Amino acid sequence: MDLVAARERLSQVPDPEIPAVTLMDLGIVRDLRATDAGLEVVLTPTYSGCPATELIADDVRAALAGFGAVTITLQRVPAWSTDWISAAGRVKLQHYGIVPPQCRAEQSIRVVPRLRCPRCDSGATQQLSRFGSTACKSTWRCIDCGEPFEYFKPF
Amino acid sequence: MAMDVKTQYLLRLADTCLIHSQRLSEWCGHAPVLEEDLALSNIALDLLGQARALLTYAGQLEGAGRDEDQLAFLREERDYRNIILVELPNAAASSSDDGGGGGGRDFALTTLRNAAVAIWLELLYERLQTSGDAELAGIAAKSLKEVRYHRQHSSDWVVRLGDGTDASRARMRAALAVLWPYFNELFAAQGVEGFGPAWSELEADWRARWATLMAESTLALPRDSAMQPGGIDGVHSEHMGHLLATMQHLQRAYPGGVW
Repeated sequence: MDLVAARERLSQVPDPEIPAVTLMDLGIVRDLRATDAGLEVVLTPTYSGCPATELIADDVRAALAGFGAVTITLQRVPAWSTDWISAAGRVKLQHYGIVPPQCRAEQSIRVVPRLRCPRCDSGATQQLSRFGSTACKSTWRCIDCGEPFEYFKPF
Repeated sequence: MAMDVKTQYLLRLADTCLIHSQRLSEWCGHAPVLEEDLALSNIALDLLGQARALLTYAGQLEGAGRDEDQLAFLREERDYRNIILVELPNAAASSSDDGGGGGGRDFALTTLRNAAVAIWLELLYERLQTSGDAELAGIAAKSLKEVRYHRQHSSDWVVRLGDGTDASRARMRAALAVLWPYFNELFAAQGVEGFGPAWSELEADWRARWATLMAESTLALPRDSAMQPGGIDGVHSEHMGHLLATMQHLQRAYPGGVW
């Protein structure tokens, strides 16, 4: 069994809801290891109610078809955090039009951050809702260019 | 047969999340603005996720082979352990309808209830994340991050509407008068040593936070009432059967149906 090749294949699996980033970029894949029963992939779900959790497990299984038996383990502890999003992942999010988290998860969520528009870089932006098209994002708009955009909430 | 105390503790929390989620999901497609539609649906989804984890674990502790779906969809009304507060319709008889007909939805009542439950869940999960039970502690640590956003969002609305126009304040006051007696049940459940605290341990903190929120909202606290809890022992309001009829319809009509 080629763990390196399997890891390479796994690293290409996109997130089903934000395909600009991979599951590894987001820190959802916690481990890939060889066991007596084949490969074991440890996944940490993002939000409790994230409807993509089952789909992500299916995508991982599909990507690793050909590497023998694959077991998916869902690990809740420690809880997933946006601190685990990789530097590369943050850049990809920004280019995709989603502003990555601007502070570490433990920092207060009481303060509404000042965001720059990911399209025109204007600092004149406004939060429209703390919630967005997926559980992990809030909805914003740029007052200068008029475009709506999303913010990946620190979590 | 007496239920194991840990299973009962989990079901009281799990069912409260589940039924609260069910009521919130009735707003999907009906909220006053699109952003709020997204918010209420997202909160409902988080709560449903929490309920799934808690029900799954309750089923394992119960040891009767029941999974989350069987617990969520195939129990009888008397077997649900949620607090009555969350099963109340989104518009109480004395509060306004949304004007669109249908089931009736009062955003004031929904907002107040969301804030009350979110503050309570935040306090409970804060304690449960250090539970001696690793599984429950893990569920709580994760859920805590979610309910902080719920608390923040709903509290903002309570302030905006309470300290808003004459019309919004009047509706908030009416909704608070309806809900207030039901808040008693938030502190009614017994604790389980090394597992989860008695809910009464949350009461002082909850009341302090609620008083702060009411002061910010310029809403007066109603007089305390002697309303007795019932939901946590399976004695529900007349609304519960209707809610379950809707929620359980598919599994009752097509037993064992899966996606």
